[in-house]
Amino acid sequence: MSVLTIERKVLEKNDDIARRNRELFAANNLFVFNLVSSPGSGKTSLLEQTLKHLNGSVRIAVVEGDVQTDFDAQRIAKFNVPVVQIVTNGGCHLEAKLVHDALANFDLKNVDLLVIENVGNLVCPANYDLGEAMKVVVVSTTEGDDKPLKYPGMFHNASVLIINKIDLVPYVNSNPDMIKKNALQINPALKIFETSCATNKGIPEWCEWLRSQTKKCGG
Amino acid sequence: MHELSIAENIVEIIHQHVEKERLIDVRSVRVKVGAFSGVVADSLEFSYQAITAATPLEQSFLSMERIPFVVLCEDCKEKLMNDDGVTQCLSCGSYRTKIISGRELQVKDIELEDAEKELV
Repeated sequence: MSVLTIERKVLEKNDDIARRNRELFAANNLFVFNLVSSPGSGKTSLLEQTLKHLNGSVRIAVVEGDVQTDFDAQRIAKFNVPVVQIVTNGGCHLEAKLVHDALANFDLKNVDLLVIENVGNLVCPANYDLGEAMKVVVVSTTEGDDKPLKYPGMFHNASVLIINKIDLVPYVNSNPDMIKKNALQINPALKIFETSCATNKGIPEWCEWLRSQTKKCGG
Repeated sequence: MHELSIAENIVEIIHQHVEKERLIDVRSVRVKVGAFSGVVADSLEFSYQAITAATPLEQSFLSMERIPFVVLCEDCKEKLMNDDGVTQCLSCGSYRTKIISGRELQVKDIELEDAEKELV
């Protein structure tokens, strides 16, 4: 028997493409975030509210990831922003290569903010770097306050936590302070917003923060 | 369930390091899997067997080296093994902690049968 020493990261191929994506984003002064959550937390609704608030003052483009259908891209297209739908056909997450290929559809010079909405899944997308500046994780109040402790990997890797459907708190026995406490136990550096896409609560604060991040990147 | 795509990446790395005609000699592939890498060892093993079946790698298997999730507290200097992924120091409650290990997902080495004979 002989042993070949390898010592290579299993996902290094994905990481290499992610690095190339990141270089491309930097060259175009783009702020890019990767929007992740479990299915049904309100990622697309949050994106719609964000577009309502920022469209016209920030040039936004969107990559939508779903297992099947282009329903989300249709919703985003109503705001007249460039959008590409990636259908993974069963794949549970987006990979850097899929995003890289989708980028060919955009005129990146004329974009300030690129949003990548990942497949609804709190497990696998945590492991795949897409080249984004940060991951934004959405948890809704209907999902259980212990979500961050159940899926710590994603909360480790995220920079921002959005607690969505905050208007439903009185009906679903949720305590947003408990969600925050649990999330901060996993990742004390998380920046946290509370939002409701039904009442618009917290949307302006989130959008203004996004605007400031976009400006920092030169957009 | 992204273990299938992880297994595909491992097979690709094997192909990059082992010549085509020697693939049949590969016995074990040691993979470091952090407790916090997001990979389920059993699923990864199953996926590897599934995609190497009826290929020259059919006789090979994955050997998983599990790496614990360890956090070092910068305040009380305590090192804590904590499999539930909490980074807050369980000893003094501090948030000033550093993750020392547990995120690994790495191909460590590949064991080949009768390699010495071939090399002589």
